[in-house]
Amino acid sequence: MLTKRIIPCLDIKDGRTVKGVNFVELRDAGDPVELAKIYSDEGADELVFLDITATVDKRKTLAELVTKVAKAINIPFTVGGGISTIEDVKVLLNAGADKISINSAAVHNPQIINEMAAEFGSQCIVVAIDTRSVDGIDFVHTHGGRKATLLRTQAWAQEVCDRGAGEILLTSMDHDGTKAGFSNEILAEISSMLSIPVIASGGAGNMAHFKDVFTFGKADAALAASIFHFKEIPIPSLKSYLDREGISIRK
Amino acid sequence: MKIAVIKYNSGNVQSVLYALERLGADAVLTDDPDQIRAADKVIFPGQGEASTAMKYLKARNLDTLIKELKQPFLGVCLGLQLLCEHSEENDTECLGVFPVKVKKFIPENSQEFKVPHVGWNELENLADNPLLKDLPENPFVYYVHSFYAELAPETIASTHYIHDFSAMLHRDNYYAIQAHPEKSGLVGEKLLANFLSL
Repeated sequence: MLTKRIIPCLDIKDGRTVKGVNFVELRDAGDPVELAKIYSDEGADELVFLDITATVDKRKTLAELVTKVAKAINIPFTVGGGISTIEDVKVLLNAGADKISINSAAVHNPQIINEMAAEFGSQCIVVAIDTRSVDGIDFVHTHGGRKATLLRTQAWAQEVCDRGAGEILLTSMDHDGTKAGFSNEILAEISSMLSIPVIASGGAGNMAHFKDVFTFGKADAALAASIFHFKEIPIPSLKSYLDREGISIRK
Repeated sequence: MKIAVIKYNSGNVQSVLYALERLGADAVLTDDPDQIRAADKVIFPGQGEASTAMKYLKARNLDTLIKELKQPFLGVCLGLQLLCEHSEENDTECLGVFPVKVKKFIPENSQEFKVPHVGWNELENLADNPLLKDLPENPFVYYVHSFYAELAPETIASTHYIHDFSAMLHRDNYYAIQAHPEKSGLVGEKLLANFLSL
Protein backbone atom coordinates (compact mmCIF):
# COMPACT_ATOMS: atom_id res chain seq x y z
CA MET A 1 0.00 0.00 0.00
CA LEU A 2 1.26 3.47 -0.88
CA THR A 3 2.22 5.21 2.35
CA LYS A 4 1.79 8.77 3.58
CA ARG A 5 5.08 10.66 3.60
CA ILE A 6 6.69 12.57 6.48
CA ILE A 7 8.96 15.34 5.23
CA PRO A 8 11.26 17.45 7.43
CA CYS A 9 12.12 20.83 5.91
CA LEU A 10 15.55 22.42 6.36
CA ASP A 11 16.06 26.15 5.84
CA ILE A 12 19.41 26.85 4.21
CA LYS A 13 21.35 30.09 4.11
CA ASP A 14 24.77 30.28 2.45
CA GLY A 15 25.01 26.50 2.54
CA ARG A 16 24.22 26.19 6.26
CA THR A 17 21.09 25.23 8.16
CA VAL A 18 19.43 28.16 9.86
CA LYS A 19 16.82 28.24 12.62
CA GLY A 20 17.91 26.34 15.62
CA VAL A 21 18.21 22.62 15.63
CA ASN A 22 18.33 20.62 18.79
CA PHE A 23 19.96 17.27 18.29
CA VAL A 24 22.40 16.16 20.93
CA GLU A 25 24.07 13.80 18.48
CA LEU A 26 24.87 16.62 16.03
CA ARG A 27 28.48 17.71 16.00
CA ASP A 28 27.66 20.80 13.97
CA ALA A 29 24.09 22.04 14.18
CA GLY A 30 24.56 24.10 11.03
CA ASP A 31 25.69 21.28 8.77
CA PRO A 32 22.78 20.36 6.48
CA VAL A 33 24.41 17.12 5.37
CA GLU A 34 24.76 15.84 8.90
CA LEU A 35 21.19 16.80 9.74
CA ALA A 36 19.89 15.25 6.51
CA LYS A 37 21.64 12.01 7.36
CA ILE A 38 20.10 11.89 10.83
CA TYR A 39 16.59 12.49 9.45
CA SER A 40 17.12 9.86 6.80
CA ASP A 41 18.33 7.32 9.40
CA GLU A 42 15.34 8.17 11.62
CA GLY A 43 12.90 7.25 8.87
CA ALA A 44 12.05 10.54 7.16
CA ASP A 45 10.49 9.63 3.81
CA GLU A 46 11.83 12.63 1.94
CA LEU A 47 13.56 15.92 2.68
CA VAL A 48 13.03 19.48 1.52
CA PHE A 49 15.81 22.06 1.48
CA LEU A 50 14.60 25.61 1.28
CA ASP A 51 17.31 28.06 0.29
CA ILE A 52 16.82 31.52 1.71
CA THR A 53 20.11 32.90 0.43
CA ALA A 54 19.57 36.26 -1.16
CA THR A 55 22.52 36.76 -3.49
CA VAL A 56 23.14 35.09 -6.81
CA ASP A 57 26.78 34.14 -6.37
CA LYS A 58 26.05 32.57 -3.01
CA ARG A 59 23.71 30.24 -4.87
CA LYS A 60 26.70 28.36 -6.21
CA THR A 61 27.10 27.17 -2.64
CA LEU A 62 23.64 25.66 -2.94
CA ALA A 63 24.60 23.45 -5.90
CA GLU A 64 27.68 22.30 -4.02
CA LEU A 65 25.54 21.51 -1.00
CA VAL A 66 23.07 19.57 -3.15
CA THR A 67 25.92 17.39 -4.41
CA LYS A 68 27.11 16.71 -0.86
CA VAL A 69 23.59 15.77 0.24
CA ALA A 70 23.04 13.55 -2.82
CA LYS A 71 26.27 11.71 -2.11
CA ALA A 72 25.41 11.19 1.55
CA ILE A 73 21.73 10.22 1.64
CA ASN A 74 19.63 7.60 -0.12
CA ILE A 75 16.14 9.07 0.13
CA PRO A 76 14.58 11.59 -2.26
CA PHE A 77 15.00 15.30 -1.66
CA THR A 78 13.57 18.52 -3.07
CA VAL A 79 15.36 21.85 -3.33
CA GLY A 80 13.47 25.14 -3.38
CA GLY A 81 13.96 28.85 -2.86
CA GLY A 82 14.60 31.48 -5.51
CA ILE A 83 14.43 29.09 -8.48
CA SER A 84 13.10 30.87 -11.55
CA THR A 85 14.77 29.65 -14.74
CA ILE A 86 15.31 26.42 -16.67
CA GLU A 87 19.02 26.93 -16.07
CA ASP A 88 18.51 27.09 -12.27
CA VAL A 89 16.68 23.77 -12.42
CA LYS A 90 19.28 22.14 -14.66
CA VAL A 91 22.11 23.08 -12.29
CA LEU A 92 20.32 21.67 -9.23
CA LEU A 93 19.13 18.45 -10.90
CA ASN A 94 22.59 17.82 -12.31
CA ALA A 95 24.01 18.39 -8.85
CA GLY A 96 21.83 15.51 -7.64
CA ALA A 97 18.49 16.97 -6.48
CA ASP A 98 15.52 14.69 -7.19
CA LYS A 99 12.96 17.48 -7.42
CA ILE A 100 12.92 21.25 -7.37
CA SER A 101 10.21 23.49 -6.05
CA ILE A 102 9.16 26.83 -7.50
CA ASN A 103 6.88 29.38 -5.94
CA SER A 104 6.90 33.11 -6.84
CA ALA A 105 8.47 32.45 -10.26
CA ALA A 106 5.42 30.38 -11.21
CA VAL A 107 3.05 33.09 -10.04
CA HIS A 108 4.88 35.73 -12.08
CA ASN A 109 5.29 33.53 -15.15
CA PRO A 110 2.96 30.50 -15.10
CA GLN A 111 4.29 29.30 -18.48
CA ILE A 112 7.56 28.38 -16.74
CA ILE A 113 5.76 25.37 -15.20
CA ASN A 114 4.96 24.00 -18.68
CA GLU A 115 8.52 24.64 -19.82
CA MET A 116 10.12 22.99 -16.81
CA ALA A 117 7.78 19.99 -16.96
CA ALA A 118 8.49 19.52 -20.67
CA GLU A 119 12.23 19.81 -20.18
CA PHE A 120 12.71 17.71 -17.04
CA GLY A 121 9.48 15.76 -16.56
CA SER A 122 6.59 16.53 -14.23
CA GLN A 123 7.94 14.13 -11.60
CA CYS A 124 10.64 16.59 -10.56
CA ILE A 125 8.61 19.82 -10.60
CA VAL A 126 6.94 20.72 -7.32
CA VAL A 127 4.94 23.94 -7.23
CA ALA A 128 4.80 25.54 -3.79
CA ILE A 129 1.72 27.62 -3.05
CA ASP A 130 1.46 29.96 -0.05
CA THR A 131 -2.15 30.63 0.77
CA ARG A 132 -3.88 32.97 3.18
CA SER A 133 -7.54 33.54 3.82
CA VAL A 134 -8.75 37.10 3.28
CA ASP A 135 -12.32 37.66 4.44
CA GLY A 136 -13.03 33.99 4.05
CA ILE A 137 -11.60 33.70 0.54
CA ASP A 138 -8.31 31.89 -0.08
CA PHE A 139 -5.75 33.91 -2.02
CA VAL A 140 -2.27 32.97 -3.19
CA HIS A 141 0.44 35.03 -1.46
CA THR A 142 4.09 35.53 -2.38
CA HIS A 143 7.17 36.81 -0.56
CA GLY A 144 6.79 34.43 2.34
CA GLY A 145 3.10 35.18 2.61
CA ARG A 146 3.48 38.95 2.91
CA LYS A 147 2.28 39.92 -0.53
CA ALA A 148 -1.24 39.11 -1.64
CA THR A 149 -2.03 38.28 -5.26
CA LEU A 150 -5.39 38.25 -6.99
CA LEU A 151 -5.14 34.52 -7.61
CA ARG A 152 -7.67 32.33 -5.87
CA THR A 153 -5.79 29.43 -4.30
CA GLN A 154 -8.10 26.68 -5.57
CA ALA A 155 -8.04 27.99 -9.15
CA TRP A 156 -4.27 28.42 -9.07
CA ALA A 157 -3.78 24.87 -7.75
CA GLN A 158 -5.87 23.53 -10.64
CA GLU A 159 -3.90 25.65 -13.10
CA VAL A 160 -0.47 24.50 -11.93
CA CYS A 161 -1.68 20.89 -12.09
CA ASP A 162 -2.95 21.42 -15.65
CA ARG A 163 0.35 23.05 -16.60
CA GLY A 164 2.27 19.94 -15.59
CA ALA A 165 3.34 20.26 -11.96
CA GLY A 166 4.15 16.87 -10.45
CA GLU A 167 3.19 17.75 -6.88
CA ILE A 168 1.83 20.72 -4.94
CA LEU A 169 3.31 21.92 -1.67
CA LEU A 170 0.53 23.89 0.00
CA THR A 171 1.48 26.13 2.92
CA SER A 172 -1.23 27.87 4.85
CA MET A 173 0.22 31.16 6.07
CA ASP A 174 -2.66 31.40 8.52
CA HIS A 175 -1.49 28.19 10.18
CA ASP A 176 2.28 28.40 9.68
CA GLY A 177 4.07 28.75 13.00
CA THR A 178 0.87 28.43 15.07
CA LYS A 179 1.34 24.75 15.98
CA ALA A 180 -2.46 24.58 16.01
CA GLY A 181 -2.79 22.01 13.22
CA PHE A 182 -2.74 21.97 9.41
CA SER A 183 -5.36 23.76 7.33
CA ASN A 184 -7.32 20.60 6.66
CA GLU A 185 -10.28 22.20 4.99
CA ILE A 186 -8.53 23.76 2.03
CA LEU A 187 -6.10 20.83 1.82
CA ALA A 188 -8.97 18.37 1.48
CA GLU A 189 -10.67 20.56 -1.07
CA ILE A 190 -7.54 20.84 -3.24
CA SER A 191 -6.40 17.26 -2.80
CA SER A 192 -9.82 15.94 -3.84
CA MET A 193 -9.89 18.23 -6.83
CA LEU A 194 -6.46 17.35 -8.25
CA SER A 195 -4.97 14.24 -9.77
CA ILE A 196 -1.49 14.97 -8.36
CA PRO A 197 -0.18 14.53 -4.80
CA VAL A 198 -0.52 17.36 -2.28
CA ILE A 199 2.08 18.00 0.41
CA ALA A 200 0.65 19.81 3.44
CA SER A 201 2.70 22.42 5.25
CA GLY A 202 2.15 24.87 8.08
CA GLY A 203 0.70 24.31 11.52
CA ALA A 204 2.06 20.97 12.77
CA GLY A 205 2.19 21.06 16.56
CA ASN A 206 1.47 17.54 17.78
CA MET A 207 1.18 13.99 16.47
CA ALA A 208 -2.62 14.10 16.17
CA HIS A 209 -2.25 16.97 13.69
CA PHE A 210 -0.50 14.58 11.32
CA LYS A 211 -3.24 12.00 11.67
CA ASP A 212 -5.79 14.73 10.96
CA VAL A 213 -4.01 16.05 7.88
CA PHE A 214 -3.81 12.55 6.38
CA THR A 215 -7.48 11.78 7.13
CA PHE A 216 -9.53 15.00 7.15
CA GLY A 217 -6.97 16.95 5.10
CA LYS A 218 -6.57 14.11 2.54
CA ALA A 219 -2.90 15.08 2.18
CA ASP A 220 -0.46 12.69 0.54
CA ALA A 221 2.50 13.98 2.54
CA ALA A 222 3.09 16.34 5.46
CA LEU A 223 5.97 18.74 5.91
CA ALA A 224 7.21 20.36 9.08
CA ALA A 225 10.35 22.06 10.34
CA SER A 226 10.74 23.23 13.92
CA ILE A 227 8.88 20.39 15.65
CA PHE A 228 11.39 18.00 14.08
CA HIS A 229 14.43 20.21 14.56
CA PHE A 230 13.70 20.66 18.25
CA LYS A 231 12.77 17.02 18.68
CA GLU A 232 9.37 18.00 20.01
CA ILE A 233 8.16 15.15 17.84
CA PRO A 234 10.81 12.56 17.02
CA ILE A 235 10.11 10.99 13.62
CA PRO A 236 10.22 7.36 14.88
CA SER A 237 7.59 8.14 17.58
CA LEU A 238 5.42 9.97 15.04
CA LYS A 239 5.55 7.03 12.66
CA SER A 240 4.67 4.45 15.33
CA TYR A 241 1.80 6.67 16.46
CA LEU A 242 0.43 7.00 12.91
CA ASP A 243 0.82 3.27 12.36
CA ARG A 244 -1.16 2.55 15.54
CA GLU A 245 -3.81 5.00 14.37
CA GLY A 246 -4.25 3.05 11.15
CA ILE A 247 -2.46 5.48 8.82
CA SER A 248 -0.44 3.72 6.17
CA ILE A 249 3.18 4.57 6.88
CA ARG A 250 6.62 3.25 5.89
CA LYS A 251 8.19 1.31 8.72
CA MET B 1 34.74 -5.24 -10.87
CA LYS B 2 33.66 -2.66 -13.45
CA ILE B 3 30.07 -1.39 -13.63
CA ALA B 4 28.83 0.37 -16.75
CA VAL B 5 25.88 2.70 -16.29
CA ILE B 6 24.34 3.29 -19.70
CA LYS B 7 24.33 6.95 -20.61
CA TYR B 8 21.37 8.18 -22.57
CA ASN B 9 19.00 11.11 -22.38
CA SER B 10 17.30 9.76 -19.32
CA GLY B 11 17.28 12.55 -16.80
CA ASN B 12 19.07 12.37 -13.53
CA VAL B 13 21.42 9.37 -13.35
CA GLN B 14 23.71 11.09 -10.88
CA SER B 15 22.00 9.54 -7.88
CA VAL B 16 22.51 6.04 -9.30
CA LEU B 17 26.24 6.79 -9.59
CA TYR B 18 26.35 8.15 -6.04
CA ALA B 19 24.55 5.05 -4.73
CA LEU B 20 27.09 2.80 -6.45
CA GLU B 21 29.89 4.96 -5.05
CA ARG B 22 28.48 4.49 -1.52
CA LEU B 23 28.67 0.73 -2.10
CA GLY B 24 32.30 1.07 -3.15
CA ALA B 25 31.61 0.02 -6.75
CA ASP B 26 33.73 1.20 -9.64
CA ALA B 27 31.06 2.65 -11.93
CA VAL B 28 31.34 4.59 -15.15
CA LEU B 29 28.62 6.44 -17.06
CA THR B 30 29.05 5.56 -20.72
CA ASP B 31 27.39 5.06 -24.10
CA ASP B 32 30.50 3.50 -25.62
CA PRO B 33 29.58 -0.01 -26.88
CA ASP B 34 33.03 -1.48 -26.17
CA GLN B 35 33.06 -0.16 -22.63
CA ILE B 36 29.53 -1.51 -22.02
CA ARG B 37 30.42 -4.92 -23.49
CA ALA B 38 33.57 -5.14 -21.39
CA ALA B 39 31.84 -4.27 -18.08
CA ASP B 40 31.22 -6.97 -15.48
CA LYS B 41 27.75 -5.63 -14.86
CA VAL B 42 25.52 -3.13 -16.62
CA ILE B 43 22.93 -0.78 -15.14
CA PHE B 44 20.27 0.80 -17.34
CA PRO B 45 18.76 3.66 -15.34
CA GLY B 46 16.09 6.00 -16.49
CA GLN B 47 13.53 8.61 -16.03
CA GLY B 48 11.78 10.29 -18.87
CA GLU B 49 9.60 9.38 -21.79
CA ALA B 50 9.67 5.98 -23.54
CA SER B 51 9.57 6.91 -27.25
CA THR B 52 12.27 9.58 -26.93
CA ALA B 53 14.47 7.17 -25.00
CA MET B 54 13.96 4.37 -27.59
CA LYS B 55 14.80 6.76 -30.45
CA TYR B 56 17.99 7.76 -28.67
CA LEU B 57 19.00 4.14 -28.06
CA LYS B 58 18.27 3.14 -31.68
CA ALA B 59 20.20 6.07 -33.12
CA ARG B 60 23.29 4.74 -31.32
CA ASN B 61 22.55 1.03 -31.91
CA LEU B 62 22.36 0.61 -28.17
CA ASP B 63 19.06 -1.27 -28.62
CA THR B 64 20.83 -4.15 -30.39
CA LEU B 65 23.76 -4.05 -28.00
CA ILE B 66 21.56 -4.28 -24.89
CA LYS B 67 19.88 -7.43 -26.21
CA GLU B 68 23.22 -9.12 -26.91
CA LEU B 69 24.75 -8.60 -23.49
CA LYS B 70 25.53 -11.66 -21.39
CA GLN B 71 26.61 -10.12 -18.07
CA PRO B 72 24.13 -9.31 -15.26
CA PHE B 73 22.01 -6.38 -16.42
CA LEU B 74 19.74 -4.22 -14.27
CA GLY B 75 17.03 -1.94 -15.67
CA VAL B 76 15.74 0.72 -13.28
CA CYS B 77 12.41 2.61 -13.56
CA LEU B 78 12.07 3.60 -17.24
CA GLY B 79 14.86 1.04 -17.76
CA LEU B 80 12.43 -1.69 -16.70
CA GLN B 81 9.74 -0.41 -19.06
CA LEU B 82 12.12 -0.19 -22.02
CA LEU B 83 13.17 -3.82 -21.47
CA CYS B 84 9.53 -4.83 -21.99
CA GLU B 85 7.84 -5.49 -25.31
CA HIS B 86 5.65 -2.46 -25.77
CA SER B 87 4.69 0.66 -23.83
CA GLU B 88 1.43 2.57 -24.01
CA GLU B 89 3.49 5.72 -23.51
CA ASN B 90 3.28 7.18 -27.02
CA ASP B 91 2.63 3.66 -28.37
CA THR B 92 6.30 2.67 -28.24
CA GLU B 93 7.87 -0.60 -29.37
CA CYS B 94 10.46 -1.37 -26.72
CA LEU B 95 13.39 -3.79 -26.49
CA GLY B 96 11.35 -6.96 -25.90
CA VAL B 97 13.71 -8.64 -23.45
CA PHE B 98 10.66 -9.33 -21.28
CA PRO B 99 7.51 -10.42 -23.16
CA VAL B 100 5.50 -7.99 -21.06
CA LYS B 101 3.32 -5.00 -21.86
CA VAL B 102 3.61 -1.59 -20.18
CA LYS B 103 0.34 0.22 -19.49
CA LYS B 104 -0.78 3.53 -18.07
CA PHE B 105 -2.28 3.70 -14.61
CA ILE B 106 -5.96 4.56 -14.92
CA PRO B 107 -7.35 5.56 -11.54
CA GLU B 108 -10.84 4.20 -10.87
CA ASN B 109 -11.29 6.95 -8.37
CA SER B 110 -9.08 10.02 -8.65
CA GLN B 111 -9.69 10.99 -5.03
CA GLU B 112 -8.14 7.79 -3.80
CA PHE B 113 -5.54 7.10 -6.46
CA LYS B 114 -3.39 9.79 -7.97
CA VAL B 115 -1.21 9.39 -11.01
CA PRO B 116 1.79 9.38 -10.99
CA HIS B 117 2.25 6.80 -8.28
CA VAL B 118 4.65 8.76 -6.07
CA GLY B 119 6.09 7.64 -2.76
CA TRP B 120 6.98 4.56 -0.75
CA ASN B 121 5.17 1.32 -1.44
CA GLU B 122 5.75 -2.34 -0.59
CA LEU B 123 7.37 -5.12 -2.57
CA GLU B 124 5.14 -8.17 -2.22
CA ASN B 125 5.12 -11.80 -3.32
CA LEU B 126 8.91 -11.90 -3.37
CA ALA B 127 10.28 -14.83 -5.37
CA ASP B 128 13.24 -16.88 -4.24
CA ASN B 129 15.75 -14.89 -6.26
CA PRO B 130 19.35 -13.82 -5.55
CA LEU B 131 18.40 -10.18 -6.17
CA LEU B 132 15.94 -10.38 -3.28
CA LYS B 133 18.28 -12.08 -0.83
CA ASP B 134 18.10 -11.03 2.86
CA LEU B 135 15.43 -8.37 2.40
CA PRO B 136 12.94 -7.69 5.18
CA GLU B 137 9.38 -8.92 4.68
CA ASN B 138 7.37 -6.65 2.35
CA PRO B 139 10.12 -4.03 2.15
CA PHE B 140 9.34 -0.45 1.14
CA VAL B 141 10.82 1.13 -1.98
CA TYR B 142 10.42 4.58 -3.53
CA TYR B 143 8.33 4.95 -6.68
CA VAL B 144 7.70 7.74 -9.20
CA HIS B 145 5.90 6.51 -12.34
CA SER B 146 2.73 6.74 -14.40
CA PHE B 147 3.16 3.54 -16.42
CA TYR B 148 3.56 -0.01 -15.10
CA ALA B 149 4.52 -3.46 -16.38
CA GLU B 150 1.80 -6.10 -16.15
CA LEU B 151 2.24 -9.20 -14.05
CA ALA B 152 4.04 -11.97 -15.95
CA PRO B 153 5.86 -15.27 -15.38
CA GLU B 154 9.04 -13.13 -15.20
CA THR B 155 7.67 -11.14 -12.23
CA ILE B 156 9.80 -11.72 -9.13
CA ALA B 157 8.06 -9.13 -6.92
CA SER B 158 4.81 -7.24 -7.21
CA THR B 159 3.46 -4.00 -5.78
CA HIS B 160 -0.14 -2.99 -5.32
CA TYR B 161 -1.30 0.39 -6.59
CA ILE B 162 -4.82 0.49 -8.03
CA HIS B 163 -4.00 -3.18 -8.90
CA ASP B 164 -0.96 -5.45 -8.71
CA PHE B 165 1.86 -4.75 -11.16
CA SER B 166 5.39 -6.07 -11.80
CA ALA B 167 7.67 -4.36 -9.29
CA MET B 168 10.60 -6.47 -10.44
CA LEU B 169 11.28 -8.77 -13.39
CA HIS B 170 13.94 -11.37 -14.11
CA ARG B 171 14.84 -13.44 -17.13
CA ASP B 172 18.28 -14.98 -17.81
CA ASN B 173 20.89 -12.27 -17.12
CA TYR B 174 18.30 -9.44 -17.20
CA TYR B 175 16.89 -8.00 -14.00
CA ALA B 176 14.68 -4.95 -13.64
CA ILE B 177 13.06 -2.87 -10.94
CA GLN B 178 10.36 -0.23 -11.34
CA ALA B 179 11.17 1.64 -8.11
CA HIS B 180 14.31 3.69 -7.53
CA PRO B 181 16.72 1.55 -5.47
CA GLU B 182 19.15 4.49 -5.35
CA LYS B 183 16.49 6.44 -3.41
CA SER B 184 15.02 3.59 -1.39
CA GLY B 185 17.06 3.82 1.80
CA LEU B 186 18.60 0.65 3.22
CA VAL B 187 16.31 -1.64 1.22
CA GLY B 188 17.45 -0.05 -2.04
CA GLU B 189 21.04 -0.28 -0.97
CA LYS B 190 20.60 -4.00 -0.27
CA LEU B 191 19.00 -4.56 -3.68
CA LEU B 192 21.91 -2.85 -5.41
CA ALA B 193 24.42 -4.75 -3.27
CA ASN B 194 22.65 -8.02 -4.20
CA PHE B 195 22.93 -7.08 -7.87
CA LEU B 196 26.62 -6.28 -7.49
CA SER B 197 27.25 -9.69 -5.94
CA LEU B 198 25.39 -11.69 -8.62
